[in-house]
Amino acid sequence: MMSTASIRPRLQPAEVGNWGPDTRSDLHVRIEPRERDGIEIALESRVEPYYGESILTEARQVLEQLHVQRAYVAIHDEGALPFAISARLEAAVKRAGLGSGYRVLPEKIVVPPASARDRMRRSRLYIPGNEPKYFINAGLRNPDGIILDLEDSVHPHEKDAARLLVRNALRAVDFGTCERMVRINQLPLGLADLEEIVPEFPDLVLLPKTERPEQVMQVADRIEQIKGRHGIDRSIWLMPILESALGIENAYAIATASPDIVAMTIGLEDYTADLGVVKTAKGDETLFARQRLVNAARAAGIQPIDSVYGDVADLEGLRQWGMNSRAMGFEGMGCIHPLQIAVIHEAFAPTATEIEKALKIVAAFDEAQQKSLSVVSLGSKMIDPPVVQRALKLVSRARAMGILQQSGMS
Amino acid sequence: MPTQEIEYKLQLEENAAGRLVPTVVNGRVQTPYLGVGQYKPAGRKAAPPIRTAADYPENGDKRVPDLETALRCCGLRDGMVISNHHHLRDGDSVALMALQAAARLGVKDLMWFPSASFPSQVGAIELMENGTIHHVEGSMNGPLGDYCTQGKMRGMGVLRSHGGRWQAVQDGEVHIDVAVIAAPTADAFGNADGSHGKSACGSLGFALADSIYADHVVVVTDNLVPFPCVPWQIQGNNVDYVVQVESIGDPAKIVSGTTQITRSPDRLLIAEYVAKFMRAAGIMREGFSFQAGSGGIALAFVDYLKRMMKEAGIKARFVRGGSTKYLVELLQEGLTDYILDGQTFDLDAVKSIASDAHHIATSPFTSYNYHGKGNFASMVDAVVLGATEVDVNFNGNVVTHSDGRLLHGIGGWQNCLAAGCTILAVPSFRDRIPVIVDQVTTLTGPGELIDVVVTERGIAINPRRQDLTDAVKGSGLPIRPIHDIKTEVERICGGKPARPKPGDRPVAIVKWVDGTVLDTIWKVSNSTLANPAL
Repeated sequence: MMSTASIRPRLQPAEVGNWGPDTRSDLHVRIEPRERDGIEIALESRVEPYYGESILTEARQVLEQLHVQRAYVAIHDEGALPFAISARLEAAVKRAGLGSGYRVLPEKIVVPPASARDRMRRSRLYIPGNEPKYFINAGLRNPDGIILDLEDSVHPHEKDAARLLVRNALRAVDFGTCERMVRINQLPLGLADLEEIVPEFPDLVLLPKTERPEQVMQVADRIEQIKGRHGIDRSIWLMPILESALGIENAYAIATASPDIVAMTIGLEDYTADLGVVKTAKGDETLFARQRLVNAARAAGIQPIDSVYGDVADLEGLRQWGMNSRAMGFEGMGCIHPLQIAVIHEAFAPTATEIEKALKIVAAFDEAQQKSLSVVSLGSKMIDPPVVQRALKLVSRARAMGILQQSGMS
Repeated sequence: MPTQEIEYKLQLEENAAGRLVPTVVNGRVQTPYLGVGQYKPAGRKAAPPIRTAADYPENGDKRVPDLETALRCCGLRDGMVISNHHHLRDGDSVALMALQAAARLGVKDLMWFPSASFPSQVGAIELMENGTIHHVEGSMNGPLGDYCTQGKMRGMGVLRSHGGRWQAVQDGEVHIDVAVIAAPTADAFGNADGSHGKSACGSLGFALADSIYADHVVVVTDNLVPFPCVPWQIQGNNVDYVVQVESIGDPAKIVSGTTQITRSPDRLLIAEYVAKFMRAAGIMREGFSFQAGSGGIALAFVDYLKRMMKEAGIKARFVRGGSTKYLVELLQEGLTDYILDGQTFDLDAVKSIASDAHHIATSPFTSYNYHGKGNFASMVDAVVLGATEVDVNFNGNVVTHSDGRLLHGIGGWQNCLAAGCTILAVPSFRDRIPVIVDQVTTLTGPGELIDVVVTERGIAINPRRQDLTDAVKGSGLPIRPIHDIKTEVERICGGKPARPKPGDRPVAIVKWVDGTVLDTIWKVSNSTLANPAL
């Protein structure tokens, strides 16, 4: 954690991370500050013959960059990748009251260009922010977005460690063409998250439990400040999550609180708890909230996105839910398991009949354009402009989803 | 021991794969690997001694009171070869029972010739320490593997494939003095079967060669039935003695319950790619055949392929395994005409082989034998296998960790490489250790026989198989050069792993399917032992 410069932190032994036979791709670091000069590192690693030297070298470099000069460090490594090793070491050092004001950043990979405001956001995969083993392959099934989560999936005691892991992942992990998203904590903790996260410019920040437009403004302002400090000239979009009755009541005000908002979504677990009702598979109890969200988002010109589907084993239930979501006007939903991604993409894809009809309308529209006719007609029927607009949008989406070739049906 | 080292160095020779291999192993002159299909020995096959029916009981009752008596009657003495089989897998009690009976008889320096060893047979170490066993020729993993790779065994380990074991018996490279066969059901004449009884395990195919070629054959059963034991996979006419015991093993470890398909999203993705590859390459077509092992990825692959076969209305002529519930379902749902079963893994498969006439027990003779007039392996359209390492020339390692320690037996792995399309389904790295390497630690399968490597990060096709590359063009599958995947994984893992320095003393050899020496396993010092779980 960043600590205020005026307070001299108390030095104490500290530990961070996980180890044991069931742990994968993580490590445990214990650090003991010492009086006398020198660094002593004890390493146990399941990949010792292959990467033992590499781990020790990295550990020495990290400690040096954090200006740690007197400490005993015990590392239990379970095959962690370099970005995780350095994040765990930094977290342990800072918990011990050392290394304040310094950051150790892993080598940066080439990050894809900033995401477009209106890109597809059918699926976004939640990755627990303190579980590095899930990071590395998160993009393999091509969800539209990856959410590195600092909020509900991270234990309150581990927020500082997760924040550094997520920061390092934004620099070092290749998420392919996925939109790189981070869910920060509720304010004020979320503001501290931004200090570490924003310099690595995720494409989008999710704001949990948003209830009032001021909360969004506060986050947007802080992001602007940090971007300014770091000379970042690239969009960081916002997606508020409404998770309470009050949030739903303020949906439109929230949706219009910042020009950086590109989408708005809903958290049904917390919302139903707030209402004091049981969340059902059919979802009648949340119908109003979801409709309200769709309407507010559309009124604000942003994308309405649905919640997650909690039963990972029930892919058929997910498909039904997704198709219903799309029919209600949502453009996507969250995923809590990689196997949900393909199902959601199918559910949010236009049907063959829809595409066929839309193509006919687009063809009629093109014909009318060529003949400079002001009225578009299909057979004996006149087609209203909004219908044409919807058809154009559907065809372009189908192309983006790869269901339709650049010209004509696939 | 410097003198010994010099001796070994003098006897090393580079084989056709560029590997240094010993030319004399356990006192026998070896032929270094010559290349696929190059070694064609002449002469006549080995045969057991001529016997006379008049010397055996007319009433067919060959029972003796216990194993010690049986071994004594077989004339077991110092330096002989005693064999066992792994159809009871980790539940087997018979192998140790036999070896301990030999120890009680005071016999020394035996060569133990199991078709595979399992963790429950760790007691073999004690029998090597007390001199009963001289060395083991068969797969060794876990503590037994470490005992071998640390150079503690008096002789050298010899690893053979299932087919290679049959080859070694048939061409006389290994002469079995006494075969002790665990039988879930048998009669007093020695007819034996594996599909019935409280210790039912399915096929007894691994014991078939021994029953035919050993000088003496002992059947040990915990389910003695009146003659005739029907069906019989082991013919009583080859059997000398029958021993009845309380239990031949632990049923819970003999067959697993239903093996669960992997839940790892990354491994499921590999399985999905494998199935899609087989569809895109046109391998999945009416009347095709495939073989899949019993690992998590292989099981998941069968599940994906099954869905695709149903969708496309396609039926296989036969499938080979390692049979499990998932293959049995294919048979029951009419998606294959036959299961040709090499080893029966779970309860559903054991039930099926006992009751379904289209679920056939096979043996390494029919499936894999190099000295047969052909074998099934090369008639299979595609096989899906695992590996611990694969190199940029598509050579595979399945027997050792990257640090050179013994990890797996070869099993049928080498023999299966003869299939029309050999697919290795592997994660691109395990515990930060890249699976695609510059050169495999231990060469187990020559790259010319390995066609496709499927990882969660993409599919690499052997450049020798331009036909496959052409066939899957436009399929949308992530086809990538193997170097490309390797480079990406090395970046993720933070550079190439260090290569632990191999020792300078051979402790075991890896045989190719024809009996030539493909590679050497070197002594690993204690200090470099790591424990990467797989």
